[in-house]
Amino acid sequence: MSAARPEGAAARPERAARPGSGVVQVSGEVIATRRVGAYHHLTIVAPGVAELARPGQFAALAVGGPTTGNLLRRSFSIHKVSPSGTYGGTLDLVIAAKGPGTEWLTALRAHDTVDVVAPLGRPFPLPTEPVATVLVGGGYGSAPLFWLADVLRERGCSVEMVLGAASEDRLFGVVEARRAADGVTVTTDDGSAGHKGWVSDVLPEVFRRTGAPVAYACGPMGMLQSVTRVAADHGAVAQVAVEESMACGVGVCMTCVMPVRDKAGVTKMVRSCVEGPVFRGDRIRWEAFHDGVCGVPEDTVGAPRVGGH
Amino acid sequence: MAVDMSVTFTGRTLPNPVMTASGCAANGRELHRFFDVSHLGAFVTKTVMMDPRSGRGTPRMAETASGMLNSIGLQGPGIHAFVENDLPWLKSVGARVLVSIAGNTAGEFADVAKVLVDSDAFDCVVGVEVNISCPNVANRGLVFACDPLASGKVIALVREQLPRDVPMFAKLTPDVTDIVSIADAAVKSGATGLTMINTLLGMVIDTDRLRPHLGGITGGLSGPSIRPVAVRALWQVTAAMRDGRFQTVPLIGVGGVRTGRDALELIAAGATGIQVGTATFNDPTAPQRVLTELEALAESHGVARITELVGVAHDRMVIP
Repeated sequence: MSAARPEGAAARPERAARPGSGVVQVSGEVIATRRVGAYHHLTIVAPGVAELARPGQFAALAVGGPTTGNLLRRSFSIHKVSPSGTYGGTLDLVIAAKGPGTEWLTALRAHDTVDVVAPLGRPFPLPTEPVATVLVGGGYGSAPLFWLADVLRERGCSVEMVLGAASEDRLFGVVEARRAADGVTVTTDDGSAGHKGWVSDVLPEVFRRTGAPVAYACGPMGMLQSVTRVAADHGAVAQVAVEESMACGVGVCMTCVMPVRDKAGVTKMVRSCVEGPVFRGDRIRWEAFHDGVCGVPEDTVGAPRVGGH
Repeated sequence: MAVDMSVTFTGRTLPNPVMTASGCAANGRELHRFFDVSHLGAFVTKTVMMDPRSGRGTPRMAETASGMLNSIGLQGPGIHAFVENDLPWLKSVGARVLVSIAGNTAGEFADVAKVLVDSDAFDCVVGVEVNISCPNVANRGLVFACDPLASGKVIALVREQLPRDVPMFAKLTPDVTDIVSIADAAVKSGATGLTMINTLLGMVIDTDRLRPHLGGITGGLSGPSIRPVAVRALWQVTAAMRDGRFQTVPLIGVGGVRTGRDALELIAAGATGIQVGTATFNDPTAPQRVLTELEALAESHGVARITELVGVAHDRMVIP
């Protein structure tokens, strides 16, 4: 931690959303930033977020300062929140630098400010009974799962965690998983840590051993699809937090859509920022996704006729 | 002294000139979490067509230098669901609504307008914006605003459906050789105002995969990078109206407005109303903030009414 705030300089929101709206917009002060493997872990003073946030929700950050040429917000799963502390309520995020926006965020230092809108989206639905659960994280997609594990165990659920990544430096939170979960399995594509292979290689054994009726997953789309498939093979429901590019994060730009069936089985192009990011895995039309492109299934409400949209 | 920010379109007075931009604010509920949408001059809804429409696949957007490219494809619920769910909600919170409509054919535009006019909440509608310029349609030949005759036909058919006292704005694209001739055709066909500008058609290539970035291949460019194009279009059309080339109608300026200063720039070029679009993605309170900043700027220029600044730059050219 590289943090210090002068006495009495409490963070105050410059702008706030309307009371009762369930979301706040604040100019947040970074109080700590540290490298974790291939990622950066930021702690930001963001008063009001912790009281509202639930595991699975996300934060949308503006990048580059007030005159930035990078207008689109960057969205990240909330790693954890703390309602009060020395600095006021804080928000923790895990960020991978992979473009100009995330590079700006990971270059932030203590006392720098960043505009935060949070919490956004629908959280992971929690079981009403104390059941066995399996939590699956791909890369830094594991970020929200430790907080989720704490909430599940408070409700009497057992938590088995599976963390997978391409290589050891791309795993996030293996040590924290051992604290937060009853059992942890690690996989890497290259075998640099844990089992060599994918999470879907070890998941069947985990479901058989725990008999878990529900799985929670966050990570790349391909992994979420395989978790959904393996869960279904074992009679379990997968609740998955999707990754889709978002311009705004608040439901107005319509860029983060994907084809999802509703309860009645009708497919619509829904916004992953407000209807998601958590969906039942078996409702997502996985067959529409191909190598970074998602099409519109023919039976989607309002699907293009001949000639397209 | 406080500046009178009110503006009037075809006898309808709005408390201020600032609006959302169609397609950048959904239909109100989302932004109402951040600020009271009834405080805006008007709320401009996402373009609605007759039937529900899924829009295109993804990726639907790409960030560009000071802007973005979008390829949504006019996703929407259809006019019947809109007048059932969205318009009554906007009315319930006291919003003044400018409804953006479109059609695959000129006749569909008119049919959508008719359903709107016949709806229960129509009394909160302060105008209709006819989107004849969306670039995200499969057939570029269907961008009505690229052709004066096609523009005029759509406007005339919609005009027949609307009560005479309802303002009707034609939304124009700058992607034409001569925007003045399109503006002329729209006004002669019954448009009581013009909204300028829609996005510019653009394209981004993903240089990792070496393929088009957007699922829809091309998309509409928006954001601060296009603001000079909006200023130019407003300037040209205002100059033509001042020259008496066609009847003077009020203009709504849209394109790259992020601050009160940007709004004032469009007003000085000739806009009476101002729409805030892509900036809302960066800051969900942008429309409200632009209004506050614009009011302070107008006051600093010493005017009693914001309308004194409309087109003012045309009178201030220094010709040595």
